[in-house]
Amino acid sequence: MHHMLHIKNGIVIDPKNGVKAEKMDIFVKDGKIVEEGEISKNEAKVIDASNKLVVAGGVDMHAHIAGSKINTGRTMRPEEMRVVRLIANKFRTAVGRVLLTSPAIGYEYAKMGYTSAFEAAQPPIGALHTHEELDSIPMVDKAALPVFGNWHFVLKYVAEKDMEKLKAFIAWAIERTKGFGVKVVNPGGVEAWMYGGNVSSLDDQVPGFNVTPREIITSLVKATEELQLNHSVHLHCNRLGVPGNYETTVESIKLVDGIKNDSRQVLHVTHVQFNAYAGDSWRTVASGAEAIAKTVNAMDNVTIDMGQPIFGHATAMTGDAPFQFTLHRLTGSRWSNKDSEIEGGAGIVPIAYLPKNPVHALQWAIGLELGLLTDSDKVVLTTDYPNGGPFTEYPYIMAMLMSKKMREGELERVSPFVQKASNLPAIDVEKSLEEVIHMTRSLPARVLGLPNKGHLGVGADADIAIYDLNPLEVDTSNDFEKIYKAFKTAVYTIKDGNILVKDGEMVDEYWGKTYWVDARGKADMEAIKDDLNEFFSKYYTVELQNYGVEERWLKKPERIVI
Amino acid sequence: MAETVNVVCTFCGSVCDDGQFDTEKFKSKKLCKLGSSKFSEKERIKAPMVDGKEVSYEEAIEKAAEILVNAKKPLLYGWASTVNEAIRLGVILTEKVGGVYDQCASVCHAPGTLAVIEEGLPGGTLGAIKNRADVVVFWGANPMEAHPRHGMRYSISAKGLLIKDRKQRKVIVVDVRPTKTAKLADEFIQIKPGYDYPIISALRAIISGNADAVPDEVGGVSKEKLIELAETMKNAKYGAVLYGLGVTQSRGRDRNIENAVKLIQLLNRHTRWVIWPMRGHYNVVGAGEVPAWEVGYQYAIDFSRGYPRFSPAEFSAVEVLKRRDCDAALIISSDPVAHFPRAAVKHLKEIPVIQIDPFPNMTTLVANVVIPSAIAGIEAEGTAYRMDGIPLRVKKVVESKYWSDEQILERLLEKVEELKR
Repeated sequence: MHHMLHIKNGIVIDPKNGVKAEKMDIFVKDGKIVEEGEISKNEAKVIDASNKLVVAGGVDMHAHIAGSKINTGRTMRPEEMRVVRLIANKFRTAVGRVLLTSPAIGYEYAKMGYTSAFEAAQPPIGALHTHEELDSIPMVDKAALPVFGNWHFVLKYVAEKDMEKLKAFIAWAIERTKGFGVKVVNPGGVEAWMYGGNVSSLDDQVPGFNVTPREIITSLVKATEELQLNHSVHLHCNRLGVPGNYETTVESIKLVDGIKNDSRQVLHVTHVQFNAYAGDSWRTVASGAEAIAKTVNAMDNVTIDMGQPIFGHATAMTGDAPFQFTLHRLTGSRWSNKDSEIEGGAGIVPIAYLPKNPVHALQWAIGLELGLLTDSDKVVLTTDYPNGGPFTEYPYIMAMLMSKKMREGELERVSPFVQKASNLPAIDVEKSLEEVIHMTRSLPARVLGLPNKGHLGVGADADIAIYDLNPLEVDTSNDFEKIYKAFKTAVYTIKDGNILVKDGEMVDEYWGKTYWVDARGKADMEAIKDDLNEFFSKYYTVELQNYGVEERWLKKPERIVI
Repeated sequence: MAETVNVVCTFCGSVCDDGQFDTEKFKSKKLCKLGSSKFSEKERIKAPMVDGKEVSYEEAIEKAAEILVNAKKPLLYGWASTVNEAIRLGVILTEKVGGVYDQCASVCHAPGTLAVIEEGLPGGTLGAIKNRADVVVFWGANPMEAHPRHGMRYSISAKGLLIKDRKQRKVIVVDVRPTKTAKLADEFIQIKPGYDYPIISALRAIISGNADAVPDEVGGVSKEKLIELAETMKNAKYGAVLYGLGVTQSRGRDRNIENAVKLIQLLNRHTRWVIWPMRGHYNVVGAGEVPAWEVGYQYAIDFSRGYPRFSPAEFSAVEVLKRRDCDAALIISSDPVAHFPRAAVKHLKEIPVIQIDPFPNMTTLVANVVIPSAIAGIEAEGTAYRMDGIPLRVKKVVESKYWSDEQILERLLEKVEELKR
């Protein structure tokens, strides 16, 4: 480990700080980016980055990398574990095709130049399990988003229009789960599933509660904004995977019209590809991406991520239990389900995206349409790992967004259904290198509310990726193979100033931090005491005193007090 | 200072977290017979031993490390009665020494895991059952003896959101003999041993509208009765099948569960149903979940090639021992000498054995290195998964001279790494 680094002569792209492919040096001391004067040149380790691209480490803001869902996926799919990536030696053995073991997740992110990854759905009662797995993922910083949209406390406070209690509950729940923000999955729909149903619009009544999905979303957004959490509400919309659902998505996005936050969006809508279908059946299904992109572009307070499918194997796993059952019925595949106390549920179903399958090809096209048509400042690159496929194929998406020529080649091998059901063939947009760097670094860091991530300005965490690509020379429209290859394996991955990867090979194992947000000072925590006691004694199977995760149980917790 | 503190019970898969424990008198309150016997004074292994001679922890661990490093293919077995932190170190240790990791499920609920591979596991937490289930079917399971407080806390008389009264829940027991649980049930259906599979098939046929194909009697149950049961299931608002070893360890094994899961899939086309195994040891779920995230599989994992391979018929402990395919063994929180088939035990007697356990048992008698450990839940803390996968932190409520499993394994792993360098 070197406590000082001098990264010399690299070509830096740092969108947050307005650096557009400039030859410059980067200096690192004690895990942070510093001014040149802060380091002593003869003590610092020099990294020659001549003719190479130097960027901040990648930030994956939405992936299912830890907890009971992915682990049930592993158990259910031993066929996924047959791919051996690494034999035990200096590093742990690492296996997995798309579903990876915890060590493999950390290693693969690091090799790709990613240094942060967020678990996007933490079941509250299983919070400790999620953290145990996060603590088994080496190399990257991480955090988890607990799921709120069907939790009975939330439904009750929304029905009672009691914002003070809702705020206190969110602060309590995020502290107890050691979570980072407010994830909402099919609000109301998972509760309806407990009775065998789902919701079909923003205005359906949730069984047993006098609330609608519309009210749940707007109340949670309002509470999150009043608490000023780092991250906005992170919404998995209602009606996922249903033809015609794009209208619900547009409607959901518009719910936050007029709500302001100076530093970030007030609503992040996730894996939008799965919620961007027009038509009224799988026969008439078509892309609804354009309408969604237009809506997002017209607003200044909403961001989205793609949820891009990658052709090949994947495993659908979401907190959207009724959708998972629908998928099981549709494909006839294995199905795991988990109804969780009075908090929500989840489901897991294997899938494979086939290029010649009309619907799969359309899903693939819709993801790309969203990436291309949405402002680069509002759309983050994700596959919703492992729902859309592996995160290790992010370089494929980056290259596709930058090259129409590459897309034309790919369009030739997919179902012709895409030609009439989507606009992808007609889209000429080619994102710039700077834009895709933003979509994978500075933008997700801003969306999550992590000011020290995703950029190379002084004071930022020294999370740095160096790729074998000269942005001053590369022709991103035509050199897509080179781009893909360059972003697949970093020449250097540096985490908190430690060199973890060199020439695409791991050289060191490192344990990143787990961020959690403490908002208890922002709410009247006494307000919910009686309700907590009552709900736990009546409806839970664990004692209130035994619910939740203590900081000292975690490997490297990083508390963010707001 | 006498103090009564909350404890999380570390006996069975119910992991009741409402126990009270008097640290002075070493006595518990609220726990069942099984739990309170664990939470009381018991005979302990006094000190670490090598070949019957008392030694220090350091010496015993050093010897254990030598055995593991010198073995070509050691077996590391047990794990169901310790905490996840220890299990994780155990998986890493097995990987390091190129051995075989296996855990108690392989002689217990592993057929259920195979069924998950075949069909998945449409389930729910015990809290979902307590709050919502108006029909509960115990199939080949007898919680009144194996998980005494399960019925009261989660399933039979538990009250919750929608079920406010025992009368609002119908409890059905399907078993080969009248059990203590059957006495509490609203209905007991006695079946012929080994006929679980055809009975489940008959129910599937009836529910999918093919009652014609069902003969007058299946496995000792009349067609009439089967139709009645199928109707009860279809008319439930939220049903739960909770199955035990009566299904996993009788004829059909994993196929029984697979068939039952298909029944649940079918029922969910009409109403809501979940299915879940009644897991035995307090952290047998953790003994499968931890290796699943660390190396991809739940049990029967061989690392002799430096990467994990899963093969139940080859790499489960009994098979490995019967085949004489291991040349040393580490047994933790388990007693294979008492429970394994004679042919397997025979090989265990012939190879160097390391035992880590708070209590002496039959395996102690064949162990060359015995390392006593602190009792998780009383003298050591850590994470355990209830039978439904819900994580609970078991507590350390009294000081002890014994090292925890986690401490022992951490040191052992260090030693092994030193020796391998």
